[in-house]
Amino acid sequence: MNYADLFRVTLPETALEVAALVVLIVDLGILRKAALKLRVAVAALLGVAGCGAALWTLQVSYGTGYSFDGALLLAQGGYIAAAQSGILILTALTLLLLIDSTFTRHVGEYVAVVLMAASGGLLVASAQDLLVIFIGLELLSLGLYILTAFAKQSGKSAEAAIKYYLFGGMSASFLLFGFSYLYGMSGSTSLPKVILGTYLSASNGGTPLFLIALVMIAAGLGFKVAAVPFHLWAPDTYEGAPAPAAAFIASVSKLASFALLISISTVTLHFLDSFHTTGFVTFTVIPAGVPRPSIVFGFRSIWPLILTVLSVASMVLGNLAALAQTNVRRLLAYSAIAHAGYILLGVAFYSWSNRSANAILYYVLTYGLTTIGAFGVVAVIERATGSDRLDSFLGLHKRNPLLAAVLGVLFLSLSGIPPLVGFWAKFNLFAAVLGVSAGPIPFALVALAVAMSAVSLYYYLQVLKRAYVMPAIDETPGNQIKAHPVTMAVLVAIATAVVVLGCFPALLQGWIESFYPIL
Amino acid sequence: MSGIHLLTLLTVLPLVGAAIALVASKHARGVALITTLISLALALVVWTQLPANGGYGLVEQHVWAPSLGFNYYLGVDGLSALMLVLSAIVTLMSVDAAHRVHHQPGLYFALVLTLEAGLFGSFTALNFFHWFLFWELSLIPAFFLIKLWGGARRGPAAMQFFVYTMSGSVVLLVAFLAVFLSTGSMDFPHLTLLASTGELEQMVTAHLGPVMLWLAIGVLAGFAVKVPMIPFHTWLPAAYAEAPSPVTMLLTGAMSKMGVYGLLRIALPLFGHQISQMRTPLLALAVATVVMGAWAAAAQKDLKRIFAYMSVNHLGYCLLGIFALAVPAAGAAAQTSQAMALNGVILQMFNHGLTAAALFWFVAMIQQRTGGHRGTDQFGGLGKPAPALFGLMSIALFSSLGLPGLNGFVGEFLIFRGVFPLAWVAATVSILGLLVTAAVILTVIQKVFTGPVPEHCVGFPDLHHSERMALIPVIGLMILLGLLPQLIVESVNPTVVNIMAHWRF
Amino acid sequence: MLVWTIYLSFAGALVLALLPKDKPALARWLSLAVAATGLALAVQGFIAGMGQGRTVLVDLPWVPSMGIRFLLAADGISRVLVLLTGLAAVAGVLFSWNIELRTNEFFAFYLALIGGVYGVFLSFDLFLLFVFYEIAIVPKYFLIAIWGSTRREYAAMKLAIYSFAGSAMVLIGLLAAYTTAGSHSTGLVELAHANLPVSFQMWCFPLVFTGFAILAGMWPLHTWAPTGHVAAPTAASMLLAGVVMKLGAYGCLRVGIALFPRGLDPWGFSFIGIGSWRDVFALLAVIGIVYGALVALAQTDFKFVIGYSSVSHMGFVLLGLMTLNQIGMTGAVMQMFSHGIIAGLLFAIVGRIVYDRTHTRQLAELETMHLSKRLPFAAWAFVIAGMASMGMPGFSGFIAELQVLVGAWMVNPWWTLVTGVGVVVGVAYTWRALQKAFFSDALPNAHMLEQEHEHNFAAITWPEVTGVVMLAGVSLFIGLYPKILLDAIEPAVKALLAGGVQ
Repeated sequence: MNYADLFRVTLPETALEVAALVVLIVDLGILRKAALKLRVAVAALLGVAGCGAALWTLQVSYGTGYSFDGALLLAQGGYIAAAQSGILILTALTLLLLIDSTFTRHVGEYVAVVLMAASGGLLVASAQDLLVIFIGLELLSLGLYILTAFAKQSGKSAEAAIKYYLFGGMSASFLLFGFSYLYGMSGSTSLPKVILGTYLSASNGGTPLFLIALVMIAAGLGFKVAAVPFHLWAPDTYEGAPAPAAAFIASVSKLASFALLISISTVTLHFLDSFHTTGFVTFTVIPAGVPRPSIVFGFRSIWPLILTVLSVASMVLGNLAALAQTNVRRLLAYSAIAHAGYILLGVAFYSWSNRSANAILYYVLTYGLTTIGAFGVVAVIERATGSDRLDSFLGLHKRNPLLAAVLGVLFLSLSGIPPLVGFWAKFNLFAAVLGVSAGPIPFALVALAVAMSAVSLYYYLQVLKRAYVMPAIDETPGNQIKAHPVTMAVLVAIATAVVVLGCFPALLQGWIESFYPIL
Repeated sequence: MSGIHLLTLLTVLPLVGAAIALVASKHARGVALITTLISLALALVVWTQLPANGGYGLVEQHVWAPSLGFNYYLGVDGLSALMLVLSAIVTLMSVDAAHRVHHQPGLYFALVLTLEAGLFGSFTALNFFHWFLFWELSLIPAFFLIKLWGGARRGPAAMQFFVYTMSGSVVLLVAFLAVFLSTGSMDFPHLTLLASTGELEQMVTAHLGPVMLWLAIGVLAGFAVKVPMIPFHTWLPAAYAEAPSPVTMLLTGAMSKMGVYGLLRIALPLFGHQISQMRTPLLALAVATVVMGAWAAAAQKDLKRIFAYMSVNHLGYCLLGIFALAVPAAGAAAQTSQAMALNGVILQMFNHGLTAAALFWFVAMIQQRTGGHRGTDQFGGLGKPAPALFGLMSIALFSSLGLPGLNGFVGEFLIFRGVFPLAWVAATVSILGLLVTAAVILTVIQKVFTGPVPEHCVGFPDLHHSERMALIPVIGLMILLGLLPQLIVESVNPTVVNIMAHWRF
Repeated sequence: MLVWTIYLSFAGALVLALLPKDKPALARWLSLAVAATGLALAVQGFIAGMGQGRTVLVDLPWVPSMGIRFLLAADGISRVLVLLTGLAAVAGVLFSWNIELRTNEFFAFYLALIGGVYGVFLSFDLFLLFVFYEIAIVPKYFLIAIWGSTRREYAAMKLAIYSFAGSAMVLIGLLAAYTTAGSHSTGLVELAHANLPVSFQMWCFPLVFTGFAILAGMWPLHTWAPTGHVAAPTAASMLLAGVVMKLGAYGCLRVGIALFPRGLDPWGFSFIGIGSWRDVFALLAVIGIVYGALVALAQTDFKFVIGYSSVSHMGFVLLGLMTLNQIGMTGAVMQMFSHGIIAGLLFAIVGRIVYDRTHTRQLAELETMHLSKRLPFAAWAFVIAGMASMGMPGFSGFIAELQVLVGAWMVNPWWTLVTGVGVVVGVAYTWRALQKAFFSDALPNAHMLEQEHEHNFAAITWPEVTGVVMLAGVSLFIGLYPKILLDAIEPAVKALLAGGVQ
């Protein structure tokens, strides 16, 4: 045990926590009497500064991570660094959207909770031990519950928070239940050992307990990424939570969860394909003579099969349900479910060559970026029209042409239209899936995903149609929608990024690869 | 004139005239007159430049779209040159006759001149595509001339005309596609050569199977519509009757010749063998055209319809001649008969064009003077108030009847003289047609020019000076050609010999 | 220089989008300038490319890790279609001169669409081609949904859904081809030489071909076309029929046939005379030709007649492609060009010159208006366009359709014979529409008479005259001198055929 090591590895988390405390002190102590606007601005900027500090302290290179008793608890560097940087950047963006918000007077608390939740996200991304994973997830989730409930005047917010909390609590217990089985089978909580242990037990005739454990874990993680059938919280939460919180949930929490899935998949693969490890994870290779597990429906093990089922269900249900929505936030929620479905496909067909990790990270990062922008636009419109129904977008092109243009870029990117970044993310992800295996099953799944993203265009166009095509209900000239300049700047920056990154996909690709080059 | 581009010039000139006429609006008729006069002069120049051997002169040849066998390939022999002259004369007559077009005259004369270009183009073309281009080009202005300036029932008449001719064209096109696919060529001279050695049929059969007969039927059908031959004639009476008379002059005088010309230039040389195989049914149709055309004319009361059916009858003689001579010649006597029939057909084409155009011109004049009346029952005794009209029109009518000494006689005589030894039954039955036409024409003269003068014809003015001046050359030509048919025959005969040298039945 | 057509169009779109809203005249002139410059560049590129094969214009790495390149090149087929795009673009601007609603946005979307189309025709990297292909689809939606007429939102959405369903199929094929070929490159040439397994081509070909053919209006997936054409504003329907449908056909040729030639091989068994994908698609094309023509014959809305005629004419393109021989495929490319010009002209007459003045497209109502007298220019322009459309010799359509028919005959005479029926019906519906809309003798009722006296139609404006003269002139010129295009197309088709097909 070496606390110096631990401190070194957890420097970013520490930075966030410190920033959270500073925000609290400044807001509650110094600015107590100040105007709300000032407080919001100061708190948000301090939060952003905290994120920056965390980013600065982030270990980019491969380190040894933090081990306890010979087992790795926290890893660092590589894709983890990429995911953590992403988490910090997205968090900063959601904080910037706060500047124009009025849903709460407790801005200090809000920013502090965001920062703490983000530190939970960082932990989740780097965790290599079941217990650390659980702790990280809980830290993240608890923050999210609070954030959801933050609009105290709104009944919807409270309702959403309660729902989210109940579902979340249940899913956490599922996850814990599954983890306990794994521990029972392998005698360890360290991810590599757990997987090796369960693997050996499965290959020795197997046990139904293993299946139960996997299903339980899938339920727990499926809840986090809002995969069908564990998605029920998402529409309500997205609808009820204050916009910046919803953006945070939709982007940061998702990124953290998928980073965790990448960890699990990476570790798993190192066994299944008998590859010598490189970089930060070292394992013993499966001894020769140990039989391979049986093949189910062409899948090499049961875990990808479960993920595939979740993925297909999410893609189909998410997209179809989104078609029927009349509320933009609910629409975004269902679209988030659908996007989770695509990404899960990438996780299910995971390649050892980092290709998949890169593609998934690319997708989640850009999706998170786009979603934050989308919620930003929704927030602006909500404030101006008092409604988040689709019809509140009517005539947007006249009421605020720039905002309409941003909306157009973001939504077209979400639906996967080139040359926007969403298209490239999809292409990259699907190409990675097919790169793993070009058999009929992955192929059919990719075909389904592509077909579903064609379906998704319909509901995204429903929004754009209202913004561009249909006339505003109130045609009087004076009904311009105004947005705070900072908000507008952030939104325009996001839209520009979506365009630029889409036109030059190699930029972001190269950035991720700089952490974790493709072998 | 070097003659190198004479034919192109001839075809382009009316188009240029059309463009000017379109803009000239009020002076359009003047433009048209000048254009047609120059055209006639050019056509006569072409006539004088014919090569003595009966082959093609003034040939122009350029590659057009090689992958499809399209060539810009022009040339004239006696037959085409004669048709050029006829087209030029008839168009001139038509323009002259159309001095009462008040409604959109610019457009009217532009269309007439375009039609003339179509005629010139198709009579000089030696490549199927080139020919087909102008064949179709002539159709469009004709349609609009009927549709926009025609009589009360012009709409259906124009449509019927268009649909019939267009369907004929499509059939033609398909047949020629088959020929092109088998031979890789669309040039008439080349194909004629292939056909004369029997290679054409071999190639077609090798490529597409035994379809030669079907192709022949397709090509014949395409032309039969245009001539027209029974049973493809039903568009004709309506179109001729509803079209304004100057347009009818063009339709019957020149456009119907495109069909006969096609039979001579394309069908006979390329599909001679198949035609001789189908000779009996074809002869039957030709005889039916002759006889039924005549009977139908007899049953009409409208001058235009009478002359329309008489046109059917007269062109029936051409068909009769063409189909009758399609038989392998056994000996010099038979060959002489064939040559006579062919010469007769060509003469008949020219003469009918001239006479029929003149007759419709007279109808136009009568209509003008009586405010649109043209039923035979509506007139009487016009001979007295209008002796000049009576005299000149009678000459045209007698020419149409085939009175010796007038141009109509020579063609019909040669046809019958040639056909009798080759197909005496058909010739005998066709004589019935001659007799009935004679009766019809005499009836017309009797009803229109003799007897009591009805009330609305009182004060019927005779031809004025300008009309006489316009008509006299035409009537003079009729008499001249009746007395000196060799003027035409001498130029045409080498071509006839040339054609006969290449056909194969 | 050809690549500047793309950049210029997009730049023009951007500038127009940022233009102040109260300067419609500036927007018009600016977009006309951009379109005309594009046309000039296209002409210059066409002339410069005469006698040359494929020339690479730009070749930059784009996503090096995946072997995706920004590769723009042009061969004879591309040059011809770029030229078509240039012409259609200029004509479209001219016929949109009277757009008053959100003028600058209209032209911004319009030029974005044009830029995408140029891009597709010049892309020689499959990924890049797909990107441009999709870029072209989005503005289409807005053009129709915002500036369209009859049921515009429904039509726009239908069109968008069909297009994206098609491009989803193409994307699947793209991904499949890319990964099957080893994930090295998305270059068209590289993929064509990747020796993709026959069994793979067998299923990937129909997928990609169908995906593109949806946009080309292949029966029975054509139903977006008539409704889309009818609802679209004039310029958009000109572009839709003029170039966007060509995108589909071009994709069928450049991607479907060139990358998966073995997909056209016989299956080894035959079912009611159909023994390969080639037979299947040829049959669909023939059905499309005849069906489109017959349906056009029964329409009561003028624009629907033209809309269905597009389906019929595009059938010729697909049939030509399925002949897989030199003459048939050359004919297909010719028909793309020819139909682009002629359909543009027809839509311009119906949508702009007639509809914007009469405010009705019902043939029964037009019948009573005596348009041949009141709008003689429109009437005679339509006569010329109609002649060109029904394949009158002397116009571009004749050469193109004839080549297709000859090519089809070489493969299977029945294709040609059945198609011949379609041609005859084509004459019938064109002439019927012509008669009814312009040259009818029907007597106007009292109300109409009153209207007729009360106000005359607005005079024909110079942009209309210019546009009509330009398009009709091109069709006539190509009809009389097809060699100029054939010389460009034939070597390209030959190279394409030698590159694997057969």
